[in-house]
Amino acid sequence: MKRAGFASPWMPFLLLLPQLSIIVVFFYWPALEAIRTSFYLEDPFGFGSTFVGWENYWQLFSSSEYMRVARFTLVFTVLVTFLSLGLALLLAAKADKVIRGASTYKTLLMWVYAIAPPVAGFLGVMFTHQRFGQFTDLAAFFGYDYVVGVNFNDTAFAMILTAVWKQVPVNFIFFLSGLQSVPRAVQEAAMIDNRSSASRFWTVTFPLLAPTGFFLLITNITYALFDTFGIVDTIVRGEPGNNPMTLVYKVYVDGFRGSDLGGSSAQSVILMVLVLALTIFQFRLIDRRIHYT
Amino acid sequence: MTARTFALGAALSFVAGAAFAETEITWWHAMSGQLGETVNQIAADFNASQDEYSIVPVFKGTYEETLTAGIAAFRAGEQPNIMQVFDAGAATVIAAQGATVPVQDLLSDNGYDFDINDYIAGVRYFYADADGKMIGMPFNSSTPILYYNQDALDAAGVTAPVTWEEFQTVTAPALKDAGYTPLSQSHMPWIFTENFFSRHNLQFATNNNGYDGADAQILINQPEIRDHFTAFKGWVDTGLAGYYGTGWGDNATPFENGEVAMWLGSSGSFGGLVQKVDFPFSATLLPYWEGVTTQPTQTFIGGAALFAMSGKSAEENAATAAFFSFLTSEDVQYQWHQSTGYVPITNAAYDTAKADGHYDRFPAAEVGIQQLSLEAGEWTRGYRMGFYVQIRDVMNREYGRIMTGETSVEDAFANIETEANALLARFAQTQN
Repeated sequence: MKRAGFASPWMPFLLLLPQLSIIVVFFYWPALEAIRTSFYLEDPFGFGSTFVGWENYWQLFSSSEYMRVARFTLVFTVLVTFLSLGLALLLAAKADKVIRGASTYKTLLMWVYAIAPPVAGFLGVMFTHQRFGQFTDLAAFFGYDYVVGVNFNDTAFAMILTAVWKQVPVNFIFFLSGLQSVPRAVQEAAMIDNRSSASRFWTVTFPLLAPTGFFLLITNITYALFDTFGIVDTIVRGEPGNNPMTLVYKVYVDGFRGSDLGGSSAQSVILMVLVLALTIFQFRLIDRRIHYT
Repeated sequence: MTARTFALGAALSFVAGAAFAETEITWWHAMSGQLGETVNQIAADFNASQDEYSIVPVFKGTYEETLTAGIAAFRAGEQPNIMQVFDAGAATVIAAQGATVPVQDLLSDNGYDFDINDYIAGVRYFYADADGKMIGMPFNSSTPILYYNQDALDAAGVTAPVTWEEFQTVTAPALKDAGYTPLSQSHMPWIFTENFFSRHNLQFATNNNGYDGADAQILINQPEIRDHFTAFKGWVDTGLAGYYGTGWGDNATPFENGEVAMWLGSSGSFGGLVQKVDFPFSATLLPYWEGVTTQPTQTFIGGAALFAMSGKSAEENAATAAFFSFLTSEDVQYQWHQSTGYVPITNAAYDTAKADGHYDRFPAAEVGIQQLSLEAGEWTRGYRMGFYVQIRDVMNREYGRIMTGETSVEDAFANIETEANALLARFAQTQN
């Protein structure tokens, strides 16, 4: 049998060229430029540029403020990931059992997915507003003086609430389809063996959801780290003050507001390394142990 | 648009271009809402006033976004002819020698008379270099003043305070008893820091407040300002003042709603307040501490200036100069002052407003310019510090923490001093 192949060895490269050039121009080139800039201190207008070696990085790691933002980002990411996965799993497990009006429930739970992050942020702002937020009223009813924008924790709460609310529907869709792909035969067999539905869920259904779960874990971490920019921006309105912000937002604050190109490039390189590490973790560790059937 | 109308439009604009051969210049600005409409009106009036030049105003977002867009465009060689840069970004632009053409040179070279003494005192040197040469043309210029709700003061039986001592012992307790939150303010770095130093004639930075070179050090960790923040924190804790966050609007809204009796805002807020509030209000000079000085001095301007970007042809620069000349004319300045509340930047425009009886109708509209025309001191011309946007962010952060009790006044000011000096040192390094 004749092997199918290209007449010229250059043909495959030629066909790949459009895709490759897009990747090079929009991903590799800016990334390399960021790495280069991170070793320089540059006049914003580009008149002077001094090579400073690792100073931009060293300055970040010795800055208590950068460390504070990093700590907040860690807490924020863990909470957002855990809460949005947990809530979505709960909702999906419950929605899976609904018989009457199932599609209505599902649609209601999914529509939030279509909302753009800044709009979600704006809804969060309205909900937790100092003067007319429903949540502020609720807190006041319980005797708590909730002041978003003044109190660090209150603002952090508004960000987490909005970020989780925005992400639950995405996770819900995946979990629901994951649940529906658990074989009926396995479930029926489990039902004969075990009467407790909670215990059936944790011993049978949950492990079978693991591939979906791990995939969502990684996407949720990336979401909390990067895609919440719009939410943070809407809530702090460009002026963080003493309010919390995430590492990505700090890149913007220092680079775009503050015109410190070297410092903010160093910050984005750190984030790049973080994503790289996350990706390696996903491919190496998880793919080896989780079996996608 | 269909291809046909597009072709028609293109043909028409070609004909128009051929017929008039106007020199077109662009103006990037950050004026939104009502202010943006006024900007468009000024541009339209300029275009109608002559047929040699035409200006196209382009709204580029917030002050920070406009500056960033301008910097990016400059690096790509696509800069506009005129760029609006706000007070905190001025050091970045002025330090980048070669990025702009000093307006003073631009006007003189194109045959316009320029005398810096035509500009009112508090405006004159803020965008000038160490030698007093004007680099940026002051545009929307304002200064912090104290607005008060007349009904609230009447209810409490007090008058607006002249000093902070009076506020603390007389005005604020009476207003509190009358059921009001006595005071809020909208911009602590600007009102309680930069203009605190100017009002009390205190040095703000070494190197002549930063004018003489980028390697300056901030002198913020001083007993006078620490005492001021200790006092303000005390007022907030005892209900003599309110703090509603870093945002401008958060602190202005309670005053507009009539909950807060007095508000420290911008003289440029006047036009907006006239439309928003339904109680009689007026304004007075920014209070000072009698314990610090018995001879309070003028404040300097905030707001933004227009910079003529370099790398443009002589014809385009001539157009820019013509526009600046138009912009600083008495009538245009008076119109701008009337519709926005920003101060007129020239003495002549101020005189026009006085002669027209504008201040008899709206006494509060004159407070800003009166304050800018007070006696000058050694440290009242302004400040020049690089990476100042970030320094203000540091101030906002630490001030916010003082207000929530997360940090002490001493630690906050020590922190601001350290971080600001680190930023200044970094900026000085970029200037090599």
